[in-house]
Amino acid sequence: MSKKISRRAFLKGSITIAGSVAASATGVSTATALTREKKEPLATLIDISKCIGCEECVYACQESNADKYPNPEKPYPEMFPKRVPIEDWSQKRDVTDRLTPYNWLYIQHATAKVDGEERELTIPRRCMHCDNPPCVKLCPWGAAKQEDNGLSRIDSDLCLGGSKCKTVCPWDIPQRQTGTGLYLKLLPALAGNGVMYKCDRCYNLLEKGEVPACIEACPEDVQTIGPRSEILEQAHALAKEMNGYIYGEHENGGTSTIYVSPVPFDELNNNIEKGDGQAHFEKVENKMASGNNIAKAMLIAPLAGIAAAAGKFYKAAKEDE
Amino acid sequence: MKKKINIQSCLYGITFFFITLSGFAQMPIFKRYYISDIPGLGWLADFYITHLMHYMFAGIFMGLVVYSISNFIVLKTGFIQLTRDMIIKIVIFSGLILTGSLMVIKNFSGTPFSNGMVIALDILHILFCMALLFFGVYQLIKRKKELLSG
Repeated sequence: MSKKISRRAFLKGSITIAGSVAASATGVSTATALTREKKEPLATLIDISKCIGCEECVYACQESNADKYPNPEKPYPEMFPKRVPIEDWSQKRDVTDRLTPYNWLYIQHATAKVDGEERELTIPRRCMHCDNPPCVKLCPWGAAKQEDNGLSRIDSDLCLGGSKCKTVCPWDIPQRQTGTGLYLKLLPALAGNGVMYKCDRCYNLLEKGEVPACIEACPEDVQTIGPRSEILEQAHALAKEMNGYIYGEHENGGTSTIYVSPVPFDELNNNIEKGDGQAHFEKVENKMASGNNIAKAMLIAPLAGIAAAAGKFYKAAKEDE
Repeated sequence: MKKKINIQSCLYGITFFFITLSGFAQMPIFKRYYISDIPGLGWLADFYITHLMHYMFAGIFMGLVVYSISNFIVLKTGFIQLTRDMIIKIVIFSGLILTGSLMVIKNFSGTPFSNGMVIALDILHILFCMALLFFGVYQLIKRKKELLSG
């Protein structure tokens, strides 16, 4: 290392490095500004104590969303390799005891003790509409999207049915139908496998200023929709009143579906049927948090690069003296 | 001096390998094509692990790029001259870093990106990656031809 460095070059180098540091700092503040919330999302409150399990919400959902359901073309293309599963619900459209591409909301049953009495509780289950939804953020094609009002939905014209959204969803909500969608026009044997479907919180009705079909149809007013802060306020007041419990406020970093129950959710979780298409009530850590924390730490990387170069430059300057 | 350049090249190589691997793992292909069935590669089917890995190597990559640029500006070392190939590489790297950084911002809660922009970023990021891979193959062939022709 015998490169000659003049005083002028040293000053020039120092100014360049200082400029780079300033540019990095500007990048940090821009990133912070871009991640600010635009407007408050809508949330729903589900009062489990009111639900009678009549399934009116389930049928209203099916009726309201019938035109969004898939009409797969048969025969389905041969897929490679053979392990790729054909998921066909088109002949089982009347299934209502779990989530399917044709059933985006179902009623879960649990037996639990409420005020010392054994009681059957019924719970409407569907997409939680997470505040920072992994299904949307990790979709490799942008087929899943989050609207300004907080709802997340899957664009059936873009989805290739790779099922990544279901894998990363803490509740395994999206369900696949083979034989439909964009993949048929691309490489049906080698990539994709249909379209993923889930509750879109009736985005088309919300756009018209109406409420989602399940809320409108409920004879017991189990669900309420409103700005998230107001819904959380109501949920806490209700939980206090019934000496109950809240689920969905902090799960996966926060969701827009807030359940209030007269029994603890771990007890409910032990008493419900769980499995494919049947969601749990477990505690869920913020799935996107680790990545986003690393992203914040990544801002140091350019600074480390600058520091390493500055160190090298300083060493060279010292050697020249 | 020569040894230091080799360490830098080695770091670039390792970073490229893992950043490309974890990048492709963001698509649901490794499980479908039995790659994650190979003993020791099961983690390739875990989208959260590969997502974190992609971020970490992206950070290392950015650090390396900034180090190289600082060296070039201050010490005039690293790149001897801006050849056509070098300019192509700079354009591809810039594209990858820009689209990747915006996608990282997108993954925070409440980002204001429209869905159209998210789709554009996803596609552009993949296209820049493919461009880098094809350009790497082109450079290998070119170098081999030059060696053969003496």
